[in-house]
Amino acid sequence: MKRSFTILLALVLALSLMLAACQPQAPAATETSGGESGGETAAKTQTLVIGFTASQTGKYNVSSGRQVNGLNLWMKQINDAGGIKLSDGTVVTFKAVSYDDESNKDRVQELYTRLATEDNADMLISPYSSGLTAAAAVIAEQYGKVMLTTGAASDATYKQGYTKVFQMYTPASRYLTGAVDLLAKTDPSVKKVAFVYENSKFSTAVVEAAKDYAADKGYDVVLYEGYDPETTDFGPFINKIQDAGAEAILGGGHFQDGSAFARQLFEKNVPVKFVTLLVAPPEPDFADLGDAAVGIIGPSQWEPLAAFKPDFGPTGKEFEAAYMAAYNEEPSYHSAGGYAAGLVLEKAIRDADSTDPDAIKAALDNMDLTLFFGKIKFDTSPEAHGLQIGHSMIYIQWQKDGDTLGKQVVWPEDGATAKVLYPLH
Amino acid sequence: MDFILASLADGLLLGFIYGIAAMGLTLIWGVMNVINLAHGPIIALGMFTVYLLFTFLGIPPYVGVLLAAVFGLLLGIIIYLIAVQGVIDAPHLSSLLATFSVNMIIIGIGTAIFSTSPRNIDLQLWSVSLGPVTLQGTRVVASLIAVLVTAALYYFLYRTRQGKYIRAVANNRAAAELVGIPSNRVLALSFGIGAMLATIAGALIATFLPFNILAGGTYELKSFVIGVLGGLGNPVGALVGGLILGLLEGIVPTFTQTTWVPVIEFVLFVIILLVRPNGLFGGEQ
Repeated sequence: MKRSFTILLALVLALSLMLAACQPQAPAATETSGGESGGETAAKTQTLVIGFTASQTGKYNVSSGRQVNGLNLWMKQINDAGGIKLSDGTVVTFKAVSYDDESNKDRVQELYTRLATEDNADMLISPYSSGLTAAAAVIAEQYGKVMLTTGAASDATYKQGYTKVFQMYTPASRYLTGAVDLLAKTDPSVKKVAFVYENSKFSTAVVEAAKDYAADKGYDVVLYEGYDPETTDFGPFINKIQDAGAEAILGGGHFQDGSAFARQLFEKNVPVKFVTLLVAPPEPDFADLGDAAVGIIGPSQWEPLAAFKPDFGPTGKEFEAAYMAAYNEEPSYHSAGGYAAGLVLEKAIRDADSTDPDAIKAALDNMDLTLFFGKIKFDTSPEAHGLQIGHSMIYIQWQKDGDTLGKQVVWPEDGATAKVLYPLH
Repeated sequence: MDFILASLADGLLLGFIYGIAAMGLTLIWGVMNVINLAHGPIIALGMFTVYLLFTFLGIPPYVGVLLAAVFGLLLGIIIYLIAVQGVIDAPHLSSLLATFSVNMIIIGIGTAIFSTSPRNIDLQLWSVSLGPVTLQGTRVVASLIAVLVTAALYYFLYRTRQGKYIRAVANNRAAAELVGIPSNRVLALSFGIGAMLATIAGALIATFLPFNILAGGTYELKSFVIGVLGGLGNPVGALVGGLILGLLEGIVPTFTQTTWVPVIEFVLFVIILLVRPNGLFGGEQ
């Protein structure tokens, strides 16, 4: 009896250990970059703690991983270069403290509170996605921490009266409006447009703004319908699009649904002339769709092709080369956003010539510069403080050159590398 | 009308796949009263089996389906022997926890190896347009395979000795043991077949839809609805249940927003549980 009990106890313990091992990571601080372990030293070196969460598990883990890669690359470079030297002789270096948020909003609130209170993060970088960032922004503001948000385009976060949250991305309200302009310029005869989009905070915000913009331009919105984020079969939507006689489709959401949608449009040979989808097309993996990718347009926060002349930091080509060397993959705009967030922080510290949070905030308020990522300027009005007003989207299209499938910039016209492939059918 | 016809055809083709995905779950549930919470991840492993064989070894996806079936059978037997066998007579909560642990282990390992990055198998077959209806080759082939697998399973369960053993154990394990049926071996085989059906479903889905390691969860949920709809342990019931669900998913969006589909599905789930708890084809249970 006693022996059986011991065996049973051992089994329960083993099962508990297995379950614990399979649970998402417990919140243990991870040092993701070099740098000294905090505090000031006699040589007037100050290490600033940059806190953030990464979606190492859950549905955002790919985009989030790239964003964090970009940020870590910036941090490694600045630390390897000896940090930032202020006029009083202080050398500022950086240390990252990050946790796995499991792509989960509740975890984000819990972990950002921990970053702000227990880890004493000096500054914060947002998680990936608008939904998670909205949760993190509340905490940043509550604890008075400056937070740069990247991978988060929803406008709503910046209309809550926050004063310490600054957006890197072009906001959702301007995400798809360029596609409407591109369509109008390419074929003024098109009138019937369908909006099919993921029911998420980000996609809904983007599409609502684009729909209003299209309606103002005289388009007839023949279908306006959202889909569940887990949707993989777009048959019902495709049938509705065909039934409504739509000539152009705008919408999408994130990578998985966007690539599935594009593939099924191709397989069903849907007779539309123009398709622009969010997020998925600019991702390098979109090329896995083969011929189904041809002609699909996507807005991108940044592309290696984009030739902005930076007045601070590396050029696009230099960033791309450094990223390829570090991670052996092409950077996506998520990677560029992460890196650019670090650059903006660096520039703010240099401009402020201080690590005082209020001075850094003031420097961010006054910032007006061009990075390899594009122009950066923040709204300073009380109604939308921190909203990005400098940066704008570029639009890429997958085109075939012989047998080679590649991305081309097709909008805006002054940055275009190829003529738009039109109509699709 | 064209719109409805096209939606019906889409729903029907999807229904065959739902049916085969549910068959594995209902077989295990029906034979050993175990709700296999690892069903979704096993479906996802079927998807990855075909993907890896196709991408890295160039093995055609439909040959990959066969290999995925063998893999699923072995995996199911291993899961049974390690995680389920010891709790088969324990209260339901124990087997739920055991299969949930397996679910967590597969998802954890899968995420570590494959990430949650979506994958596609670049397989393009013909597509046929019949008036307003466009039939995609990959879906038609998958549906045909689903029908063949159902027929084979039906034959196995009702015409072979091993199949009869399974049905005997499902009906009354103690009585089956009394007449010399090795129940533990039969249960292991049943779990293996259940997992095999899940990997076949996953492998077929992967030929026309993108997936990641979490993708099986959706089909697991649908399998519960189908299991209740079609009855437990009855392959034809599962197939018909799958078809009903597929048709619902095709038809409902023609009248309302697509987001209402899961609401209607789960209302149906509750109604069937209340009105006909053994399912439309589960009278014998």
